[in-house]
Amino acid sequence: MSQNLPNLEAEIRKFITENMLFSADGFHYGDDDSLLEAGIVDSIGVMELVAFVDKTYKITVPPEDILPDNFDSVSRLANYIRRRQGGRQA
Amino acid sequence: MCAIVGILSFAEGASPTEAALRRMLAMVRHRGPDQFGVYLGDKVGLGNARLSIIDLSGGQQPIANEDESLWIVFNGEIFNYVELKAELEAKGHRFSTNTDTEVILHLYEEHGPDCLNRLNGQFAIAIWNERDQSLFLARDRVGVRPLFYTQTGNALIFASEMKSILADPRVRAVMDPLAIDQIFTYWSTLSPRTVFRGIVDVPPGHYLLARNDRVTVKSYWKLDWSATTRESCVPSMAGSGKEVAVRKYLDEFRELLTDATRIRLRADVPIGAYLSGGLDSSVIAAVIRKLGVGHLDTFSIAFSDPKFDESEHQRSMARFLGTEHQVVHATHADIGRVFYDVIWHTETPVMRTAPAPMFLLSKLVRDRKYKVVLTGEGADEFLAGYDIFKEAKIRRFWAQNPPSKWRPLLLRRLYPDITELGTAGNSYLAAFFGTGLTETDAPDYSHAVRWRNNRRTCRFFSKDFTAAVARERSVGGAELNYPDDFQSWGALEKAQFLEASIFLSQYLLSSQGDRVAMAHSVEGRYPFLDVRMIEFCNRLPARLKLRGLMEKFLLRQLGREYLPAEILRRRKRPYRAPIHRSFFNEAAPAYVRELLSEAAVKASGIFNPMAVGQLAAKLEQGKTVGETDDMALVGILSTQLVHHHFISNFKADGALTERDDVKVVCRRTADQVRSCA
Repeated sequence: MSQNLPNLEAEIRKFITENMLFSADGFHYGDDDSLLEAGIVDSIGVMELVAFVDKTYKITVPPEDILPDNFDSVSRLANYIRRRQGGRQA
Repeated sequence: MCAIVGILSFAEGASPTEAALRRMLAMVRHRGPDQFGVYLGDKVGLGNARLSIIDLSGGQQPIANEDESLWIVFNGEIFNYVELKAELEAKGHRFSTNTDTEVILHLYEEHGPDCLNRLNGQFAIAIWNERDQSLFLARDRVGVRPLFYTQTGNALIFASEMKSILADPRVRAVMDPLAIDQIFTYWSTLSPRTVFRGIVDVPPGHYLLARNDRVTVKSYWKLDWSATTRESCVPSMAGSGKEVAVRKYLDEFRELLTDATRIRLRADVPIGAYLSGGLDSSVIAAVIRKLGVGHLDTFSIAFSDPKFDESEHQRSMARFLGTEHQVVHATHADIGRVFYDVIWHTETPVMRTAPAPMFLLSKLVRDRKYKVVLTGEGADEFLAGYDIFKEAKIRRFWAQNPPSKWRPLLLRRLYPDITELGTAGNSYLAAFFGTGLTETDAPDYSHAVRWRNNRRTCRFFSKDFTAAVARERSVGGAELNYPDDFQSWGALEKAQFLEASIFLSQYLLSSQGDRVAMAHSVEGRYPFLDVRMIEFCNRLPARLKLRGLMEKFLLRQLGREYLPAEILRRRKRPYRAPIHRSFFNEAAPAYVRELLSEAAVKASGIFNPMAVGQLAAKLEQGKTVGETDDMALVGILSTQLVHHHFISNFKADGALTERDDVKVVCRRTADQVRSCA
């Protein structure tokens, strides 16, 4: 059952690999690593993540949510998406 | 303007042949199509391709001194040659031409390598001394004119462009992994390294002496900010005497800029000016007018993409100055189309497309029958115009109080794209620029954030290539060199050093300057790079350069005397050109797809084909594209083009023909003379 649940972390990683790293080869980072510090996104690059969240999960991100606390690691972003989805369902 | 080439043979009996020199010259015909010259000695061969600008009828090279013991080929201009010539004539030197070339020769006869300290100009020089059988190569102080060499197979081979060196069958182009790594970090190699293994440049401000198989390279001038006036040493900079102090600096600045411009108008052909719409080139054009030049043609680039276009300001400036203004329109398709040829000329990968419109512009200048243009290059470096100087200043200010919420917000002024994020950008801005914030003693403090960000493009390197870079880096010798007393310089001056020694000399004056102008036989002249001007600017207290967050303070003061208020009020806009839309559009040139294809990427071995494919897919799908994506695209494509032009597809099949005006001087000893034929 749990296998059918979308693995958000994996989806986010896939997006980052295809659109920001362009290749999974030779670049390792943890789910909790800062994407800024790891050099994966720059200050503008976060907009690509915002667009991804908007398009893939149909979540409109208000400007005040665009914070490193919500977007600066794979797990933070996954948690943010879960929170927002949960909020909508509730 | 011209090109020089040459071969010094260290092996007995291996005289360089005329055919070899002609082959080298054919590669740089674009730099000097008017006349050619070859000198043939027992051990040495020199060549020159000439663009006639001074003494049109009498200046064909090579040129000798009175007793024909010294022979010179020369690329460039010595702007103070008139004064130097009078001095030399007073000492008894006899001149056979009216050229600046001959002035160098007699000055060398008089002072040896120290003659370089007397030259005010932009140059690459080669002098062969028949008496002591020595070869002297020299390059101007900031590297306006190029000069490369390699030592291989018992010979030293040199030329204005590397393609001439590669035309020698003994030399083969091999990419240097560390060079590519440097380009993907600093946007250029660090001198003397070039993208090709074993080919190096004579660094700016250096000369090379080759004698008895021994080659030595020495510095005769350095970028130096050790004499910068500290504000604490100028009591009048504060308080009531402030105006007087500024006035004094301004008077000297005005006088120097006027004279630097005046001597750069010396030519036997008409001279035009570039007009970008910004302060620097506008001031230069205004000074030219003040000097009484009646008719002035100005040239500029208009972009079809409004994000980059400045043509409205250019037109209003031209109207104000009363110049005959001419514009080349650069579309995305144009940039993509000419980029292929542009890289043939730059001979090195680039990380931005900005050289392409400059290439289109020099063509316009040439089509209008102009050979010489004055431009504003150098003001941003020596008078502190770049945003990176402000960025460093803000970060240092912020570092004094890292928890401050509002100090990092000053950065918003520099990066308008951040403003698009609204207030949301603030925390990202702080996180991005906060890296290494408190490491203010680091010598590269001003540039570390940028370089670190640039290095994100290195992720496209293939595994093997990354390993090769690491292997070579472990050997050492590829690090940045700082001057001995660097740590005692001011914060702004340290940043200026990095900008001038790397970006200006290694990229701006070459890939975006000399190479794309000379592609169409156009010579750029830069009053702000007059040696007196540089030394004056480097003595200025920081406050006269960057005051608060206002750039080029002293130049703005001068601008107030010459220019309409609207030009002075305008926010500085960096010169940039469109990137991904130039290569991914309906009219995208076929070479882009070919060179980014899996097969081509695999063949060159530098990049990871899958990563390049993903980037191309992202661009094709029209997704949001970031700065790094753009940078990576240009870097990868231009590296692939360098590989294509100089490694996989290199042809040295040009030749000088019967129609070319070639002066051949044969100075071989009796038993060798047959080989001149």
